[in-house]
Amino acid sequence: MHIPDGYLGPATSGVLYAVMIPIWITASNIVKKTLKAQQVPLLGIAAAFCFVIMMFNVPIPGGTTGHAVGGTLAAILIGPWAACIAITVALVVQALLFGDGGITAIGANSFNMAFILPFVGFYLYKAVSGNSPSGSSRRAIAAGIAGYIALNSAALLTALQFGIQPGLHHAANGQALYCPYGLAVAIPTMLGEHLLFFGWVEAAVTALVVRYLQKQDASLLKPGGAR
Amino acid sequence: MKVTAKLWIGLLILTVLSPLGLVLPEHFKAGAAWGEWGLDEIQKLVGYIPRGLERLAGVWSAPIPDYAFKGWKEKGPGMLSIAYIFSAIAGIAITVFAVMLIGKMLVRRDK
Repeated sequence: MHIPDGYLGPATSGVLYAVMIPIWITASNIVKKTLKAQQVPLLGIAAAFCFVIMMFNVPIPGGTTGHAVGGTLAAILIGPWAACIAITVALVVQALLFGDGGITAIGANSFNMAFILPFVGFYLYKAVSGNSPSGSSRRAIAAGIAGYIALNSAALLTALQFGIQPGLHHAANGQALYCPYGLAVAIPTMLGEHLLFFGWVEAAVTALVVRYLQKQDASLLKPGGAR
Repeated sequence: MKVTAKLWIGLLILTVLSPLGLVLPEHFKAGAAWGEWGLDEIQKLVGYIPRGLERLAGVWSAPIPDYAFKGWKEKGPGMLSIAYIFSAIAGIAITVFAVMLIGKMLVRRDK
């Protein structure tokens, strides 16, 4: 899901940087007001988890690979705004140091994985959890459902950004200038593989870690407790 | 033990296991992620290299591309796994340092 350099035209990468700047500023302002000093290590743990879980490329035999992001888990743990900052930092390090995701696409990749993903995941988790107690299995299931849908939401947006490129930018001879696949290929392929494979990995990881945290220290999962 | 300490241990275990994300795709003959192909793969897939893509693809030269040291591509899965673990450690260390620095700055400015 890490869009490399060259797959998005300047219009798309520019717009998504422009969209992310106010989101990053808002995230800083909100985290400034809500984050407690003792939560700073949790911020580090969430960012580290997202970083390393994205290195676990899951193969579709004979096909492509994909991975979980851990963004819903981060949002459940530290809130969606802090998760936005944590995932953004992980994505920037991946792009700059390891060339995983392009530097021109940091806005786009952050929009998909550090904004859409944690926010969809967080509010879905809250909605499905309802008023259930912090140790209830309903919360673990809610986390899994939220993780599944959130990862697929991010995959859909990534596919949209890929898919609009041939229409936006093409040479006189019809050749694409950036991503060569349109919406009719990008959406079914990217969404299909995430619905069938990678979404389940995200769901399992999110639900299992939430279950583990419930047993260790359920206060971390209290509604509004850790944020 | 504090739960945060346990979570750090969990991260350490994930770091050591991270080469699975390298070796398993290799074993199951799975290629790049969709939309993350190199230029030669694109050429094979669509028959040409989009001009803008070719121009922008090399805009950034990462120091440890694809979590492997430069020139290690031919060294085999064992050495690449070591590079992968090293990358995970370095990446986590820098990510945690940066995010906790941001976190501390934000928390402090409030007080």
